[in-house]
Amino acid sequence: MSLSEEARPQQAKTPARRRLDALRTPRRFSADDLFETSSTIFAAMIILIIVVTSVLLIRGSIPVLQSFKTGFFTGTNWISVAGSESYGVLPYVLGTLVTSAIAVAVGVPLSLGIAIFLAEMAPWSLRNALSRVIELLAAVPSIIYGFWGLFVFRFWVRDYLEAPISSYVGAFPVFQGTPFGLDILTAGLILAIMIIPTVSSISKDVMMAVPSSQREAAYSIGATRWEVVRTGVLGYARSGIFGAIILGLGRAVGETMAVTMVIGNASGPAALPTSLFKQGATMASVIANEFSEAEPGSLHLSALIGIGLTLFLSAIVINVFAQLMVWKVLKVRAGSVE
Amino acid sequence: MSNQSFRRFKDKLAYGLGVLCVVLAMLPLASILFEVVGKGLPAISLGFLTKTTGNITDPSSGIGNAIEGTLILIGVTSLIAVPIGLLAGIYLAEFGDNKFGRTIRFLNDVLAEFPSIVIGILAFSVVVIAIGHFSAIAGAVALSIIMLPIVTRTTEESIKLVPSSIRDASMALGIRRWRTSLSIVLVTAKDGVITGILLSIARISGETAPLLLTVLGSGFFFSGLDQPIDALPLRIFTDYKNSNYPSPLAQGWGAALVLIMLVLGLNLSVRLLTRGRSSFARARA
Repeated sequence: MSLSEEARPQQAKTPARRRLDALRTPRRFSADDLFETSSTIFAAMIILIIVVTSVLLIRGSIPVLQSFKTGFFTGTNWISVAGSESYGVLPYVLGTLVTSAIAVAVGVPLSLGIAIFLAEMAPWSLRNALSRVIELLAAVPSIIYGFWGLFVFRFWVRDYLEAPISSYVGAFPVFQGTPFGLDILTAGLILAIMIIPTVSSISKDVMMAVPSSQREAAYSIGATRWEVVRTGVLGYARSGIFGAIILGLGRAVGETMAVTMVIGNASGPAALPTSLFKQGATMASVIANEFSEAEPGSLHLSALIGIGLTLFLSAIVINVFAQLMVWKVLKVRAGSVE
Repeated sequence: MSNQSFRRFKDKLAYGLGVLCVVLAMLPLASILFEVVGKGLPAISLGFLTKTTGNITDPSSGIGNAIEGTLILIGVTSLIAVPIGLLAGIYLAEFGDNKFGRTIRFLNDVLAEFPSIVIGILAFSVVVIAIGHFSAIAGAVALSIIMLPIVTRTTEESIKLVPSSIRDASMALGIRRWRTSLSIVLVTAKDGVITGILLSIARISGETAPLLLTVLGSGFFFSGLDQPIDALPLRIFTDYKNSNYPSPLAQGWGAALVLIMLVLGLNLSVRLLTRGRSSFARARA
């Protein structure tokens, strides 16, 4: 470093900051450079993991895509018997869509109610404790949701929901079939429970990031607490809440074990979700059920990796979208965005 | 009813609905705890916790191998993911204020939300294919990819909470930047970092889907990292598949109780010790 640079007046900087700047100026290779380089390499491993995942999934699904072309995405057959193999993922894609849609339709209103209550209405002494309890729902492993779903929740759904629906409006096509409890509806409802902690805690964070001037303005013209939430808070937090919902959707799409244990695991055309009271399958549940039975190098394994690729692509799209929405709102609070 | 009292009524109604939502969400949690404790507790005994599974229909079999397997998987996974996650987190906090850093931070959040079964396929394609059979190490690789983004993000968040005066003071004493980062800043941030690691351990110990594609499960004790191994969530899944017999069913509830005590124990202790500092770990772990 030259003397003239050293002598230049820098009023805004503390001596320590100047020393830090001096350390940052490149000289010869030092232990600090080694530190920065190695930590950069470790951080770059996150990119590496995503790239390797994409490459392996694409490479693994090439055989099945070559055999069936677009028929892999539009076909409904799923036959793994050697000789008459036929693979189409449409029933499983639709199964994932329907169960996730049920999860969002049931889970989101509940989550938003919880978020509004905990962020704006609950007595201060209860807010933290209640938030912790709701977050514990996220800590319960999905295999335990599955076990509970299979031996407890299934009967709640069958006796209190499906039996009445079936006896009153069973003629509608979406409610056709015998109430059994191990079906698409139960899978969707278990997913609804599982996305509640995600959606509610992120929505709550987003609402708490709304500047208090928004609330004060509404209060000052005589709004009730609910009117403050509706006019001042929800409008402001809209895009962040939307992001939280999409994140919840991502969770529901990728969830495996609990769904596998309660959806009934139909296969091929039988898995098409034509009724909520039918046994079905999702992309994730098919992989979980069949992966360890597939021979390495077989078309069956390639078809399962092809499902993985479809699941991976939908998860990437959903999550990138959701992260952008949530980031936009939470960054405003941190002040790093104008 | 006047306009004024109708608005009051709507306010009360919103409050009531909020209470209802919270109660409805707590109902499954309460029922899960009630059922798992009620049905799992009778199965627990010293033999149950220490014996191997062996034959599934043998009522005197235990889950010792599954407990051992889960602990081994946690250990190996932490050995892989914690060092990488710490350094990646340090990078994001110390050098990450540029385009590359923002990209990594973003991709890290995306990776944290990957479906775990896709990560299972990744570990299968890399490790299981390379070794030629299912193995404990393949499971540990899969779990460490799940653990990595959580450790990275919580490390970054905790380091950013360290006041810059501490860093400046260290720099003013002429301590090198790498030494400052590791011995001063990281040590100051250690509570948050440890919280993140513990929550990520809680998260991976319940993961089942990736293990199904990588470690397969086994009825016996640990026999090497390149061999199949058992784990608590896998044992529960195997018991579910054999739940027509009475003894696997009882065993499944017992294993569920042990697993939920491990996971909720880690979560509760972390949440009681620290006052919910990292919103990232709370929402996603």
